[in-house]
Amino acid sequence: MAGTTTTTTAARKVKFVITRRERPDASPFTEEFEVPYRPNMNVISALMEIQRNPVKTNGEKTAPVCWESNCLEEVCGACSMVVNGKPRQACSTLIDKLEQPIRLEPMSTFPVVRDLVINRERMFKALKKVKAWIPIDGTYDLGPGPRLAESKRQWAYELSKCMTCGVCLEACPNVNDRNSFIGPAAISQVRLFNVHPTGEMNAHERLEALMEEGGIEGCGNSQNCVRSCPKGIPLTTSIAAMNRDTTKHMFKQWLGM
Amino acid sequence: MASKGNSYLPRKLHSLLGVIPLGLFIIEHAVANYTAFEGGQEGFSKSINFLNSIPLVFWVELFVIWLPILFHGVYGLYIAYQSNVNTGRFSYGRNWAFTAQRITGVITFIFVAWHFYETRVQIMLGNVTHEELGQHMNNILSDPLTVTAYVIGVIAATFHFSNGLWAFLVSWGITIGPRAQKVSSNICMVIFVIVSALFLLSIFAFRGDEFASAAASALTSLSVG
Repeated sequence: MAGTTTTTTAARKVKFVITRRERPDASPFTEEFEVPYRPNMNVISALMEIQRNPVKTNGEKTAPVCWESNCLEEVCGACSMVVNGKPRQACSTLIDKLEQPIRLEPMSTFPVVRDLVINRERMFKALKKVKAWIPIDGTYDLGPGPRLAESKRQWAYELSKCMTCGVCLEACPNVNDRNSFIGPAAISQVRLFNVHPTGEMNAHERLEALMEEGGIEGCGNSQNCVRSCPKGIPLTTSIAAMNRDTTKHMFKQWLGM
Repeated sequence: MASKGNSYLPRKLHSLLGVIPLGLFIIEHAVANYTAFEGGQEGFSKSINFLNSIPLVFWVELFVIWLPILFHGVYGLYIAYQSNVNTGRFSYGRNWAFTAQRITGVITFIFVAWHFYETRVQIMLGNVTHEELGQHMNNILSDPLTVTAYVIGVIAATFHFSNGLWAFLVSWGITIGPRAQKVSSNICMVIFVIVSALFLLSIFAFRGDEFASAAASALTSLSVG
């Protein structure tokens, strides 16, 4: 009997070091946790465990760690955080594949709201700035638009997987307080909406948005974005393709075409 | 429509000037210096005479070299200031190249300012004549500390040019897919090795006895002529 109790208490534990912050303007501090191991655990299920039993490794009680998550299947982009130094989705990050202690930090390129919760508003502003949508509203039924060629649809679909998670901005050395760079995600969305046969009708508006202050020219070609994107989006190909299109557009503007 | 405070055009101009004319200038400079290795004092004098025979040479220097370097250098310092270094977290080859591009840019800026003062400014001040340049370089490069600085400066400059050429091809939308960027990266690294070799060979040529002794005779013949 005593033997079984010992085996359960000595069960495997997962060690966490979490960077926390009480308020947006508060200074960050770290807290350590040990979570009982379960097979196939991911970072979110470990955080849920801490939420159920918010006790630190040293036995002190603490406030439950805050984080953001929705879909739990890597399509919503809400649970982006820095895990062992790399920005990624907490839901698809398996504990078995991580080195311990597992260090969780918020993506500090964005304003931190609390603990691991960040504010990705700048990304949504960027999508508005580049008009990342297809205008189809009219005062009457405009009818069906032109069809998109299958050969283009195949790569456009890859770009449409962007979930505005912010990992590419966190990885980019040119997204910071001293730089107004819009970031890779919005540039790739311009490519997506400009290839669409209806979206193409407003292609110049999106290109001009990329040719404003803090637009596409802020890219310094470090290519960290394409290495970090959880959806494997060819971000650097999108940026280079938009470099070509904005360059062409610049010459057309000069020549008054 | 360029809006107020738009960084698009200056950044584009910065990228263009780095290749045309500055990239062409750095190749020209490497080849001209290499004549010191290949043809010694005589070969080097020929190159200098050829360059001085270019019509309106002062204006060519001003508009093709000095002003582009000034804009590219000063705006480049601002670009370097705007960048973070995150190679610790993302130690990928291209990210290292990104950081190296900024570091070598700053080194090149300082090196070019110093080298320009030591050579072209001294000629303008009348302290050195064109014919004495080989000997002058021999004097400068006789100090081991200066040689080290020149080797670092030259390698930084050629890396900055070669890697900048790669980035230029991306920024102007010429190399788009990963394969094109890989091929251009290999070509640019070959350019880096070749141009560096030309500069390094000329540095060692200037240190040679020929430029030390030829300098003495050149000096006497010049003071007569």
